Amino acid sequence: MTATAVEIQQFSVRFGEFQALQEVNLSVPQGAFVAIVGPNGAGKSTLLKALLGLERGALRDGPTQVSGTVRVLGLPPRQVPPGWVGYVPQVKGFDRSFPALALEVVVSGLRRRWPFIITAQERKKAEAMLDKVGALALANRRLGRLSGGELQRVYLARSLIREPRLLLLDEPATGVDAVGEADLYRHLEAYQRETGATILMITHDWEAAQHHASAVLVLNRRVVGYGPPERVLCHECLSQAFGHVGHGHGLVLKGD
Amino acid sequence: MLEALQLPFMQRALLAGLLVGGLASYLGVMVVQRRLSFLGDGLAHAAFAGVALGLLLHQEPLWVAIPFAVGVSLAITWVREQSSLGDDTAIGIFFAVSVALGVLFMSLRQGFAPDAVAYLFGSILTVTPTDLWAMGLVALGVVALLPLWPDWAYATFDRELALADRRPVLLHDYLLAALVALVVVVSVKVVGIVLIAAFIVIPAATARLLSQTFAAMTLRAVGIGAFSVLPGLASAYLFDIPAGSAIVLTQALFFLLALGLRRL
Ligand SMILES: Nc1ncnc2c1ncn2[C@@H]1O[C@H](COP(=O)(O)OP(=O)(O)O)[C@@H](O)[C@H]1O
Ligand SMILES: [Mg+2]
Repeated sequence: MTATAVEIQQFSVRFGEFQALQEVNLSVPQGAFVAIVGPNGAGKSTLLKALLGLERGALRDGPTQVSGTVRVLGLPPRQVPPGWVGYVPQVKGFDRSFPALALEVVVSGLRRRWPFIITAQERKKAEAMLDKVGALALANRRLGRLSGGELQRVYLARSLIREPRLLLLDEPATGVDAVGEADLYRHLEAYQRETGATILMITHDWEAAQHHASAVLVLNRRVVGYGPPERVLCHECLSQAFGHVGHGHGLVLKGD
Repeated sequence: MLEALQLPFMQRALLAGLLVGGLASYLGVMVVQRRLSFLGDGLAHAAFAGVALGLLLHQEPLWVAIPFAVGVSLAITWVREQSSLGDDTAIGIFFAVSVALGVLFMSLRQGFAPDAVAYLFGSILTVTPTDLWAMGLVALGVVALLPLWPDWAYATFDRELALADRRPVLLHDYLLAALVALVVVVSVKVVGIVLIAAFIVIPAATARLLSQTFAAMTLRAVGIGAFSVLPGLASAYLFDIPAGSAIVLTQALFFLLALGLRRL
């Protein structure tokens, strides 16, 4: 067991002319719950993808330049056994027209392949996981018919089913109502208590983040602030991240 | 009708139709769900250029068209992975170049080319044993790769998740592209260049309307693709209409029925 879940040093990502991340340094101890905040285009998703070894993943115009080191659970990202890391992608990139049942989505997380036939054992396991996140009733629903909040629960169950030691969530609370968001934190905290896993979660809801996270990372291409919520979510750090801080970000700031 | 099946050319036609219908629909499921429906058309025209080159060089057109279309398909995939040009744009460029080359090769060849017409519109009743052998080999290849269905389906569902799970997504993209090209080329003689895309797209689209899971969609697409050949061939034989048209119209009828069923 390594002491740190995530260790990033001088990490930079450039898409052609565009500097998405610049000299990011970050050390996340095991068992931490880190909320990642920052404006749109700040490189938050890029950072999570780097932890999955996907920063060069999809379609690119121009070369993607990556430098620095990333260690996930002590290993380079592409050498980490896939079962160790759970991932909930940003819902906006997701194809709802794919014919699938919620249960199949969860089983795909278990198998790392798409199921042709689901065994009784897999079904039991997937249903138990769906039950845990309060989504058992969704098991046989079609993916295209799920609401944003329902979808998020299914993806959460999917990401937890192999009991990952590191859980990465990309805006899981976006498009989810307040009750759904409270539920999400409840499930994440329960999972963390049970397993001691590390959680990195991108969110735009600062208020919730500062109540539940053990640390907050404010990112705007560079690390603007990183530490306990009450220290990081101060006025200067935020205005540095966003250029200005005012109403309209939906931010709730602690008195400072 | 049944005595027609005693005729060797009818037996070959039936076997060829079933093979082409099943194979094109199976790969069509991945192609359609990945929104690459235009790929079938693009590769059909690459096959056209290959056939024209084969005729020009006085070679068996199939053996020239196969490497040509596979090469084009791999090149399309490469362009798609290298740039964020839309898939349709990448395909469209190769489509246009293929047609231009095909027309050029045809014009370089002296005299009339009746055999080229057969390729344009298909002639299932003149399928040769060589054609059947080629189809059989491609079918064997596809069957041998059936165990990759779970990986292909996973990457079709969500490419990023498949990559995060370290599946060989890129390799499989190229493999799939090569297989689609192979199926298109060996099908061209049966269906014709102008109609092959229908074999890839219509049964898969029909199956999607009827299916709740990707596995069910795959099975239904293959079933519909193969079955459509029967009434299609029968009406071609009985009423002396082009078999390719008859089969595609049958597929389209099933599609309409499926649309109607969904409304109920
Ligand atoms: N593959 C890519 N090619 C080019 N630019 C990209 C690519 N991926 C992301 N970007 C750019 O990098 C920036 C950061 O993206 P992202 O990490 O998704 O931001 P965030 O998640 O913080 O909103 C954005 O401006 C985005 O347009
Ligand atoms: Mg993002």
